[in-house]
Amino acid sequence: MRRDLSLFQLYLALVAMGIGGVGLALGLPTLGTAPAVEVFFALAFLSGLRLVVRFSPWLDGALAVFGAMALIVSLPGGVMPAHHWLALIAAWAFAWLFVERLSACIRAGILPETGVGLLIPIMFGLALLVVWEVVTRGANVPPVLLPPPSAIGMRLMAETHILWADFVQTFIKSVLPGYAIGCLAGLAVAILVDRSPFLKAGIMPIGNFMSALPIIGIAPIMVMWFGFDWQSKAAVVVAMTFFPMLVNTVAGLNAASSIERDLMRTYAASYWQTLMKLRLPAAGPFIFNALKINSTLALIGAIVAEFFGTPVVGMGFRISTGVGRLAIDLVWAEIAVAAVAGSAFYGVIALIEKGVTFWHPSVRGGRA
Amino acid sequence: MTRILPVLTILLAILVFWYAAAVWMNAPWQNTLNNRAGLENVPFTSFAQQTWAQDKPVLPAPHQVVGEIWNATMGLEFTSRRSLAYHGWITLSATLMGFAFGTALGVGLAVAIIHNDASDRSLMPWIIASQTIPILAVAPMVVVGLGAVGLTGLVPKALISMYLSFFPVVVGMVKGLRSPENIQLDLMRTYDASSWQVFWKLRWPAAMPFLFASMKVGIAISLIGAVVAELSNAAGGGLGVRLLTGSYNGQTIQIWAALFIAAGLAAVLVAIVGSAERVVNRRMGVRA
Repeated sequence: MRRDLSLFQLYLALVAMGIGGVGLALGLPTLGTAPAVEVFFALAFLSGLRLVVRFSPWLDGALAVFGAMALIVSLPGGVMPAHHWLALIAAWAFAWLFVERLSACIRAGILPETGVGLLIPIMFGLALLVVWEVVTRGANVPPVLLPPPSAIGMRLMAETHILWADFVQTFIKSVLPGYAIGCLAGLAVAILVDRSPFLKAGIMPIGNFMSALPIIGIAPIMVMWFGFDWQSKAAVVVAMTFFPMLVNTVAGLNAASSIERDLMRTYAASYWQTLMKLRLPAAGPFIFNALKINSTLALIGAIVAEFFGTPVVGMGFRISTGVGRLAIDLVWAEIAVAAVAGSAFYGVIALIEKGVTFWHPSVRGGRA
Repeated sequence: MTRILPVLTILLAILVFWYAAAVWMNAPWQNTLNNRAGLENVPFTSFAQQTWAQDKPVLPAPHQVVGEIWNATMGLEFTSRRSLAYHGWITLSATLMGFAFGTALGVGLAVAIIHNDASDRSLMPWIIASQTIPILAVAPMVVVGLGAVGLTGLVPKALISMYLSFFPVVVGMVKGLRSPENIQLDLMRTYDASSWQVFWKLRWPAAMPFLFASMKVGIAISLIGAVVAELSNAAGGGLGVRLLTGSYNGQTIQIWAALFIAAGLAAVLVAIVGSAERVVNRRMGVRA
């Protein structure tokens, strides 16, 4: 047994090799129909040589990538031959082995954390996409049920103007103003409430309670009050983002310790000076926590509110009508746009947080 | 008493504000009605009462909502399609099922993540990324898609709830299962404990407070998931459907009543998890 493999890794390697052998044998009757897959089977079988010679983890990664490409290239129009499913399993096993060995190398300090550490989740994401593509096309899953990623990508390219219009309507017109108003209002009310212990004691339990409620349900009411256009969506977003901001800011304003406040007193700092120079900066991590929670909530609120009535544009509108018209690939393209927008929104706020609260231990430690 | 008084004051203020807002927002329509009926110079007190008793008000007064909740739960047979108790039950069962799935999935993923480096590195970034995606947008498609393969009713809704509620559980449990300190892990080693024993006797009990904190968040969003999933399947019933039909027919009182029931459900569910937390923590010997 090779010393550089753990028991679990060895099992994975044996599975991959065994499948390669079986696949090669099963492919013999139809030799030449899918040469790439057959080459992959042969290589997978040859990877059994790792029992006698050193076998770099990168070779496993290369084999996984090659197997995935071979499978996608040889996808037929109809149902995939049965033994090609073995190639999918083998490619998955190689990918798994690859990340297992990479993370073992990182832990042992052979490979650097940055860069290689990023490669592992990317590998996992790509593997999921490949499995999705191969399963939907190989098993002839009706596109109405689940379209393959390639079809979604094509739709994304073909319908950019529609997707862009929806993005502007939902994200730029509804989410951003609602988010800004909701967060600023939460911040302002928190600062006002903070001056009176009585109000604080009254509002905090209610605020906590409200943050747990399905506020999204006010969407139909807002649509009645503010009409079909973006104003009603922005109003839903305001209501959804207000309470998390309020609760977090009130908690954050208490974060400055009494010794720091005493120092401000010895400087004869006024209330506003203490607030601006000590307590608000100290509340930064809490405020950014709320901003991050709200960035996801805001997008959800706007999209769901559009289910209740909108002009004929908007992400939520496109999704609900797309499902009705069975244009599922367009719906998935819309979801992809929403996912990218949501992640980017979150990412931008996380970046700003890193810059603003650079002093906080969670940022200084390198892991936000 | 010192804790309840401020809360009651705020609640009272909200109530007063609500009644005032109801007069203000319902006034234009009431004026039109009174003009048509030829009523002039209605004194303010009776005008206010008129605005609080409209059939389809812009903003129903609190007592109208409470009355509607009472009529729609106690006043009707449970099996009636108009009973809010019936619709509330549908939503509740989807919520609980999704919450159970989500918690199980979350705990399972957390266990895999703390025991295997590769799954930590490959799964964790995607689990976090999955929550920046507005997943509720997928709800209609999941409901319709599963409906096409013959899965209708509870399961699609529960899947949406599951997707929403597993996340806080994973994050909380990974933190919790890693919370035992090195000195405690070393002690287990000196006892020659197997990794199974370390898990059950040290890591699992240490993770309990984290699990319950996550479950409180999880059950609240699980309810949101169930309500939104119901929007796409109007035949299935549930509080989401009541919201939808209410908005189509302009039945504002019905919308508010469904909303209040949903809020009440969320509050009760969180409270139940909270009391379970206290019981378990006491039995596990956690000092409050």
